Amino acid sequence: MMKIGVVAVQGAFREHQRMLNQLGVDTIEIKRSQHLENLNGIVLPGGESTSIGKLMREYGLIEPIREMVQQGTPIFGTCAGMIVMAKTISSGEEPHLAVMDVTVSRNSFGRQKDSFEADLDMDVIGSTPFPAVFIRAPHIESVGENVRVLSRYQGRIVAVQEKHCLAISFHPELTDDSRIHQYFLEKIVQPSLQTVR
Amino acid sequence: MATNVGTERVKRGMAEMQKGGVIMDVINAEQAKIAEAAGACAVMALERVPSDIRAAGGVARMADPTIIEEVMKAVSIPVMAKCRIGHIVEARILESLGVDYIDESEVLTPADDKYHVDKRKFTVPFVCGARDLGEALRRIAEGASMIRTKGEPGTGNIIEAVKHQRMMQAKIREVQNMSTDELYAEAKNLGAPFELLLEVHNTGKLPVVNFAAGGVATPADAALMMELGSDGVFVGSGIFKSENPEKFARAVVQATTHYQDYELIGELSKGLGSPMKGIDLNTLRDEERMAVRGW
Repeated sequence: MMKIGVVAVQGAFREHQRMLNQLGVDTIEIKRSQHLENLNGIVLPGGESTSIGKLMREYGLIEPIREMVQQGTPIFGTCAGMIVMAKTISSGEEPHLAVMDVTVSRNSFGRQKDSFEADLDMDVIGSTPFPAVFIRAPHIESVGENVRVLSRYQGRIVAVQEKHCLAISFHPELTDDSRIHQYFLEKIVQPSLQTVR
Repeated sequence: MATNVGTERVKRGMAEMQKGGVIMDVINAEQAKIAEAAGACAVMALERVPSDIRAAGGVARMADPTIIEEVMKAVSIPVMAKCRIGHIVEARILESLGVDYIDESEVLTPADDKYHVDKRKFTVPFVCGARDLGEALRRIAEGASMIRTKGEPGTGNIIEAVKHQRMMQAKIREVQNMSTDELYAEAKNLGAPFELLLEVHNTGKLPVVNFAAGGVATPADAALMMELGSDGVFVGSGIFKSENPEKFARAVVQATTHYQDYELIGELSKGLGSPMKGIDLNTLRDEERMAVRGW
């Protein structure tokens, strides 16, 4: 059975676990580095990126996860998770995992009163729009040449993929639509099982 | 593409993102930065922390907007602020300032002795205090997107928060096992809408995120509230009334994340200096209790 680790230092990690479990995948909460053994993939949930980044650093999760991702472990980040994955944060903050060649802008849609829901087109998961929930969401300002843009909202990049790294600005874990989690498992994690291990 | 702001999902979702985190009371930009650097997932901007409100007496109102704006400029994490119970205009002012969450709070002197703010009419989400399941569901019916225990604010004494969280969890377990006819009667007993009670019956939890607040003074207190089923923790006077706020703030954040790692919490608790002094609740007169405010 596939086993996915969900970084569980702060934020909506249980919702990701629930969704992954419903898709028949085994999950484990990652709070310390000993939780990183035998994982087929990693999920970085939404939450507060400064809290998550700090706690990951404090408990030695940054280096080992970066190394795993560099060696091919698939990773999927939502909202704060996307910020944690970016190589550059436009406000000049120190990047965290820095595994994706993108520049991310935090809270770029405004404060909480500007948070919104919208139907989003994302071709890789099919033609039916995705019910996207944006909460104090970041967006991607610019991408490196190997990064594929999967979706934009009003011209802003909100979903990207670079090889086995997937990052989105919004929160599929707060909806009942599991197509993006399915995409991660079937198109990214599954193929990596043969190549890496 | 359709865009919707202030939907139930967006308002409740914001609270989901706070889970497993610590929200700290701050009274200026400097404290807000300390809280952010310690890993707080949000700050509550106030003119005075609850223990000082208690000491000052008189009527406690919404903070001066200058303070709230100063805090909003100082940090990138969400900023919350308190309005008085039932004070629609204070709530509207806070919304117009752009705060990320409003706490309709019993820590301030209530403005209305019968009605709470109709929170569904707002784009900004609200958190409200509750002592038990009935009170929590009444607030959720009014549109609260997040619930916290009331505890007894500004006392540094955890007993009331424990009592409220235990009552809430025990009642939820009881409701889960009720038959439909019992649920109709229970809705009446609790003074709670039947539909929301039915939802609790079906899901075994509140429909919104449920934090602990009111009396958290140490890392162990924060971990205790997590152990009892809280989704996260508010710390009011506990941080900045302690001897070493930076250290205390970091220790409380880490104890909340690792709430079942007792060896670690032991380490975190070493050499913290003295926590806030605290008050034995038996010495409080009835009119000094804040938890009884709210209807």
